[in-house]
Amino acid sequence: MPNALIELKGIAKSFAGVHALKDVSLRIDQGEIHCLAGENGCGKSTLIKVMSGVHAPDHGEIYLEGQLRTQLNPFEAIQAGIQVIYQDFSVFPNLSVAENIALSGELARRRKWIDWRRMRRTAKEALAKVGIELDLDAKVEELSVADKQLIAISRALMQRAKLIVMDEPTTALTQKEVRALFDVIEGLKRDGISILFVSHKLEEVFALSERITVMRNGRRVVTEEARNLNREMLVYHMTGRQIEETHYEAANKTGKPLLRTDRLGLAGCFEEISLELYPGEIVGLTGLLGSGRTELAESLFGLLPATAGRIEIGGESVRIRSVRDAVRHRIAYVPEDRLTEGLFLQQSIERNLIVSVVDRQKGRLGMVDRRTLKATVRSWIEKLGIKAPSPLAPVKTLSGGNQQRVVLARWLAANPKLLILNGPSVGVDIGSKEDIHQAIRQLAAQGIGVLMISDDLPELRQNCNRVLVMKRGRLIGEVEGQTFTPELWAQMHEENAGSETEGKRGDSA
Amino acid sequence: MSIPTAKRPEPDSSYGRFSFSLRRWMAQDGNLMRLFVIMIVVWAAMAMLSPRTFLTIDSFSSMAFQFPEIGILALAMMLAMISGGIDLSIVGTANLTSILAAMMMVRLMPADAGAGESAMYMALGVLCALVSGVLCGLLNGWAVAKIGIPPILVTLGSMQLFIGLAIVLTEGKAIVGLPEAFSSIGNGTLVGLPVPLLVFAACIVSVYALVNRRPFGIKLQMLGSNPTAARYGGIDNTAVLLKTYALSGLLAAVAGLVIIAHTNSAKADYGTSYILQSILIAVMGGVNPNGGFGKIAGIVMAVLTLQFLSSGLNALHVGNFFKDFVWGIVLILVMVANEIGPKWRWRRRQPESSV
Repeated sequence: MPNALIELKGIAKSFAGVHALKDVSLRIDQGEIHCLAGENGCGKSTLIKVMSGVHAPDHGEIYLEGQLRTQLNPFEAIQAGIQVIYQDFSVFPNLSVAENIALSGELARRRKWIDWRRMRRTAKEALAKVGIELDLDAKVEELSVADKQLIAISRALMQRAKLIVMDEPTTALTQKEVRALFDVIEGLKRDGISILFVSHKLEEVFALSERITVMRNGRRVVTEEARNLNREMLVYHMTGRQIEETHYEAANKTGKPLLRTDRLGLAGCFEEISLELYPGEIVGLTGLLGSGRTELAESLFGLLPATAGRIEIGGESVRIRSVRDAVRHRIAYVPEDRLTEGLFLQQSIERNLIVSVVDRQKGRLGMVDRRTLKATVRSWIEKLGIKAPSPLAPVKTLSGGNQQRVVLARWLAANPKLLILNGPSVGVDIGSKEDIHQAIRQLAAQGIGVLMISDDLPELRQNCNRVLVMKRGRLIGEVEGQTFTPELWAQMHEENAGSETEGKRGDSA
Repeated sequence: MSIPTAKRPEPDSSYGRFSFSLRRWMAQDGNLMRLFVIMIVVWAAMAMLSPRTFLTIDSFSSMAFQFPEIGILALAMMLAMISGGIDLSIVGTANLTSILAAMMMVRLMPADAGAGESAMYMALGVLCALVSGVLCGLLNGWAVAKIGIPPILVTLGSMQLFIGLAIVLTEGKAIVGLPEAFSSIGNGTLVGLPVPLLVFAACIVSVYALVNRRPFGIKLQMLGSNPTAARYGGIDNTAVLLKTYALSGLLAAVAGLVIIAHTNSAKADYGTSYILQSILIAVMGGVNPNGGFGKIAGIVMAVLTLQFLSSGLNALHVGNFFKDFVWGIVLILVMVANEIGPKWRWRRRQPESSV
């Protein structure tokens, strides 16, 4: 049996009475690639912080190379060779590559004077270990995300890392960069360095790891050799329920179209967009970055008023010049970038929920009626299953899935007829994604028209009656939702290929 | 609609109940609690150091005539700061509008005006000040919201503009000789309470209702914390900002009226140090300089604390030089506590949202 590098036994940790970790045990061997999988909010981050000495556990024991450590602090953890590479990599964008790699080592050794030659030498060695070449004098902010990550890894190696914890390392990487990263990780393993790889992307988990530990609700559900698990089992362990691929059954197109656009255009963004959307339908809208799909959605919502063509709502021609116009016609829009466009991060969940309907909460003397407001908030928290310690907690304390539910609930509270969703499940874990899809289908079943913009082909296939494809500001086709395969998508693009080069392709295939 | 889900919201027993719990209030408003303690400590210290001069009816009544003007200006500053901006022109607005009012009362009123006619001119003067205060604010709001100039630059410019206009109007001299009836209001009492204090109280109640109980206030706070999300959320940012700066101008005009009624004269350069003080009071009272948050109770306590300090130091016969020094220390201490307090609290109470 190989030597355990780090062993956690019966770790428990709670914050203000909420159990973040309950009786978690984990063992990582030398030179092992171990994967920690689990949905958002399952306690992965907390566990990492316990390992790296940021949080002291309430119960349980931590052994480093067989030695019991009672009071592990971040400094000791680094001394013991535990390095965490966080999602933001914690690099200094304004400093050079060499400085980023070697500076912390210089500081840790308490050198009074900086020897630039020695620093460059150290940095070069570190990069060689990782097996990459970078300009040592380049400013880090000018490098790609992947290079920044490699710099963070090099820096960790310089501090004699024995275990490198990588928190969702592939989130912002392209397919090619992910493969390069995996090569680096394999190389580290050969040098006897252990890797704890935190992810919820199933393909990566299987491609890389030898053993997998799955966490759910602060508990360790299972630790198993990767070859003994398959995708379905892993999803089951992560969510605690079976998730099948289901399709939304098309509602009959009855009555007047809810939304009709006639040769709608916005200078420089899109033109000649004619589409129809019936009550109860979920219509997908996809296209590459720069295809004009987001601009079209924002035009329908009054953020970027259209400059040509007509919009009809319920058979009547309307003008949508502002968000207020759109809201008056009961159009709701869940934006693409939840953190900057959707949420007021420091404000409470309660306020984030009611911000768009606050005018309807008026009671006596035009004052907000706290009683109805609270009832509204409570009912939406319950309906969408938002998991929060209190409605008064800042919304930034929630996980991605719960944050998305808050934005969704805000617009559902406005009682929309047309719901436009832009990337409804970006950055949301599998279980929450499924919940969000369920919610959208139920809304459609109640007669709301849904326009769903997404890059996620399975998502479109499972939920949409029809999918509209945009390219360079024009609609280039419409397909039945269930038949929308990656091959068809690629084919539609090639048929309409022009001389211009496209923007970067999203993670659509 | 209900969704099958493994995740259920955890019950929060306090939410939705209308009982008042001191412990919960303390936990939720740590800043206010700290400020309250500081205020009491300052008061007690001053009371102990000079009980015979500080702890007298006279001393309290003179305080009650002094702090309302800066208190009202701090409320005006708070509104602009909640929106994520700042209003440096409030003192300029106060002086300009009160000069307009004084000119109405002094220059336009015929010397032989009777009591009724005199009252009419006074009312006209007050009205003129309030309207011009709103107009000054709208000018700021227009430049901030419509043109998109940063508030600090807009109001720096308009401050200069308003002061300059006031100097031109008065030729740099003070306007004196306001109607006796008017200054007797500013120095008089109603049911035993100084009139400026009552005006301040009225401002507090109105601003509280506006910020915390009206949809406008909630929109203002949301706009202050994230203007982009506010736009996506259907808030009319332009309208909210216009209204905010107009209110700030209106409050400044009210402060100006209180000042001229109390001092019996209107000057273009009165109280220029009030601008920085009102920013400091707002920040000390817990208004987030980045926008989005502000508590009226915090402003009131901050104003009172500073008033206790300066009156107490006066009673001790220490010079004004020392007063500024002590103010500075207290302000910095409170801000340090405000910065450290919430971080410590959330780290302790909140589970980190994972990954």
